[in-house]
Amino acid sequence: MLEKAELARFEQAVLPHLGAAYNLARWITRNDHDAEDVVQESYLRALKFFGGFRGENSRPWLLTIVRNTCFTWLRQNRLSDLTTELDEEIHHMEPAPGNPESILLAAAQSELVRKAIEELPPEFREVIILREMEDLSYKEIADIASIPVGTVMSRLARARARLQDLLSGPMTSGVSA
Amino acid sequence: MNCREAQELIHGFTDGELDLVWNLQMERHIHECPSCCATHERLRAMHTVVSDNSLYFQPPAGLEGRLRTRLRKVSGVEDRVWTISASWRGIGIAAALMLCIAGTWQVAMLRQRSSTAETIGQEVVASHVRSLMATHLTDVPSSDHHTVKPLFNGKLDFSPVVADLADRGFVLDGGRLDYLDNRPVAALVYRRRQHVINLFTWPTSQPDLPIEAFDQQGYHAFHWTKSHVTYWAASDLNPKELRQFAEMLRNTE
Repeated sequence: MLEKAELARFEQAVLPHLGAAYNLARWITRNDHDAEDVVQESYLRALKFFGGFRGENSRPWLLTIVRNTCFTWLRQNRLSDLTTELDEEIHHMEPAPGNPESILLAAAQSELVRKAIEELPPEFREVIILREMEDLSYKEIADIASIPVGTVMSRLARARARLQDLLSGPMTSGVSA
Repeated sequence: MNCREAQELIHGFTDGELDLVWNLQMERHIHECPSCCATHERLRAMHTVVSDNSLYFQPPAGLEGRLRTRLRKVSGVEDRVWTISASWRGIGIAAALMLCIAGTWQVAMLRQRSSTAETIGQEVVASHVRSLMATHLTDVPSSDHHTVKPLFNGKLDFSPVVADLADRGFVLDGGRLDYLDNRPVAALVYRRRQHVINLFTWPTSQPDLPIEAFDQQGYHAFHWTKSHVTYWAASDLNPKELRQFAEMLRNTE
């Protein structure tokens, strides 16, 4: 019976973040079915670890578990997705052909943006999702992905430079997706 | 600051992660340097594009239900199969719990009444969370404050101010009746990107109070009192933007 109260407390703290959990899993696994499996697995793990969770911010806490479950899944099922060597250097963003207008124009084709994000290596994709979609701070992202804050910033810089290339390219050359 | 340094910091600057000193230096540099200014604009445009709702994957309809069933199963909590002895035991425990709660409540009442903000805060967060879990987020789904306001006519003994903040990025989603602090209150639902904000409001006899923060279980709330009306805004939105929301409302007449 005590478990029932605990389960209720768990559901109240963690279920409202189902949307964020699913979005992250879906972006990393890149398919509906696997995303659902990973989310279910993550919630079961979260329930197991819930005793050690002391009412801090439950969204980053849950996302840490989802993120780790996703990467375990990637290692088991999509090893080729995981890049062995990531370029972590901050390269200076070239005064590239893209201007804000062309990026916004490209956004009108959300399929193009979706593809561009999916083309990023998963380590870059996750920081983009956590920062741009979940509004998490560098510190929170660093905790979730177990990387230093500096690496969060450099991965974001690399990821954004890649996205910019992908989004500006087709527009300026007139090829649309 | 030169461009090289500025390029190192430009992501942190755009993401609002710099401290005040660096932030000011970056602002000054961007004001003077068209190239870095363009990079900054590109980053902002990219944020607008990537944070668009259409790119956010919504969970499949039945997932929450399937998840609840699985969670119940693994934790050994079954609510379908009830044996008679289990149900009697349940009733016994429930009765004991009720006594406990009644006792605690009395002690709490005796102790003091100064922690009311704390108590209301907990109620507010609980109500916010409930509104997200149930399908009952709004009684009237509407982004038009002229439509939302009449909902409360005849149901509340006051007329809440329904502010339109859509041009500042807080879109009115609708309104519903709720119950807090032992009285019916108006709950106005706003959205900021994926985040739902519940704004609870009701009249009070208390004097004006400045904006104060309240945090619980990862949810943030800000509350204030102005012109004999109490406001509580609760959300999982980051506290910085939620405070902006509160300040905008407090400055609206």
